[in-house]
Amino acid sequence: MNPQLTEDGRLRHLLSIDGLPRAILTQILDTAESFMDVGEREVKKVPLLRGKSIFNLFFEPSTRTRTTFEIAAKRLSADVVNLNIATSSQTKGEAILDTVDNLAAMHADMFIVRHSQSGAAHFIARNVAPHISVINAGDGRHAHPTQGLLDMFTIRRFKGEFHNLTVAIVGDVLHSRVARSQIHALTTLGVPEVRVIGPKTLMPTGVEQMGVKVFHDMETGLRGCDVVIMLRLQNERMKGALLPSAQEYFKFFGLTPAKLALAKPDAIVMHPGPMNRGVEIDSEVADGPQSVILPQVTYGIAVRMAVMALLAGGTTT
Amino acid sequence: MHASLPDADTLIRQLADAIAPTLTPDTLIVGIHTGGAWVAERLHALLQSTTPLGTLDISFYRDDFSRIGLHPQVKPSNLPFDLENRDILLVDDVLHSGRTVRAAMNELFDYGRPASIRLAVLVDRDDHELPIRPDFAGLTISVPDNQNINLSRLDDGHLTLSLA
Repeated sequence: MNPQLTEDGRLRHLLSIDGLPRAILTQILDTAESFMDVGEREVKKVPLLRGKSIFNLFFEPSTRTRTTFEIAAKRLSADVVNLNIATSSQTKGEAILDTVDNLAAMHADMFIVRHSQSGAAHFIARNVAPHISVINAGDGRHAHPTQGLLDMFTIRRFKGEFHNLTVAIVGDVLHSRVARSQIHALTTLGVPEVRVIGPKTLMPTGVEQMGVKVFHDMETGLRGCDVVIMLRLQNERMKGALLPSAQEYFKFFGLTPAKLALAKPDAIVMHPGPMNRGVEIDSEVADGPQSVILPQVTYGIAVRMAVMALLAGGTTT
Repeated sequence: MHASLPDADTLIRQLADAIAPTLTPDTLIVGIHTGGAWVAERLHALLQSTTPLGTLDISFYRDDFSRIGLHPQVKPSNLPFDLENRDILLVDDVLHSGRTVRAAMNELFDYGRPASIRLAVLVDRDDHELPIRPDFAGLTISVPDNQNINLSRLDDGHLTLSLA
């Protein structure tokens, strides 16, 4: 049984896109669409989650993701508490479940969890009271489902449909929870061709079993693509001897105008941020007409509002 | 059973006749999804309003959200005007408890501060739960609690009222 769904098939937690049916993904995207206009209003708020308490539990630091969750919750009129646990009780040795139990005793309704260990959000979801929902905001190398969903929302906004697209994900797939969530979302939504492009040292073994085509050079991989998703290259990968140098990486896998020209002329370029300019992406591309990197950030708020609203809703529709 | 309810189009014409003398050129007509939007569209045409027609989906403002969750097909509200200091004619199909109208007014105020809001409904069921009354009603009727009055739109655009 999928811990993310209730017995009648509604969303209970959002932990991973893997295992969610297409209908749920589409429902989230449709709901996000209707939240889009809230950000344009005089009063950028709707009262849906008035009186609910949402805790941002960030065991691993992140400014952007935490901020967009915070804005999303506030636009739904929830009360938001941000806990940067990496710098507080964890350093005092408090166990995760003790932290969670204490916050539940403060009448929390929802936890948004980021943790460097894969499975942390699942672990918390298994141990919370029935009225509490958990959203995974990134766990280790495993999943980052709201990022995957906002990427799908961006693709749908610019391309309209999924069934006729070729999408390439480029870079450090091995360490990327974002890539995993994107691959599950793209295949579930019916994208016929998902490609992953990157050096052999940064490609997980058996990635083909996720339904993707593997390429090790940009020139063939990017040809004919409608969507190019660049992944962030973590600097620490250089130290681990997986890569020779940032310059070398940029030469082969950095997205330059010349490489982008191999994709379709109307291809869009995405990046989950924060970008390493001159490592995985050239500034000319990042700031160019095909880049939709800033719209991704805006859409992320509407998508997170949709997920929270669907999780916090009642028992039937 | 449909038998006892009058023709919706006739009611809308009567409603338009009642509203017409009070309508100023810059009154904004706003219909509540879904039935109210259909009625508003008709009124907008009959009253030959020259201001854009607005529609409101009150799903994000419902007071029963924590019990029944989000409506599966929320439509974006569409208010293509600045409603600051404007006169609003809010339109719904059936006024029953008054909760939908309350939610709609809350939503309108999140877009700005209108000068006034008047309420026009096709059918006023006279067992309200809130102190909200229509300024214009096509029909006022008492119906047992366990029955619903529904407005539906046929493929040819014709509106019909039914009791179920």
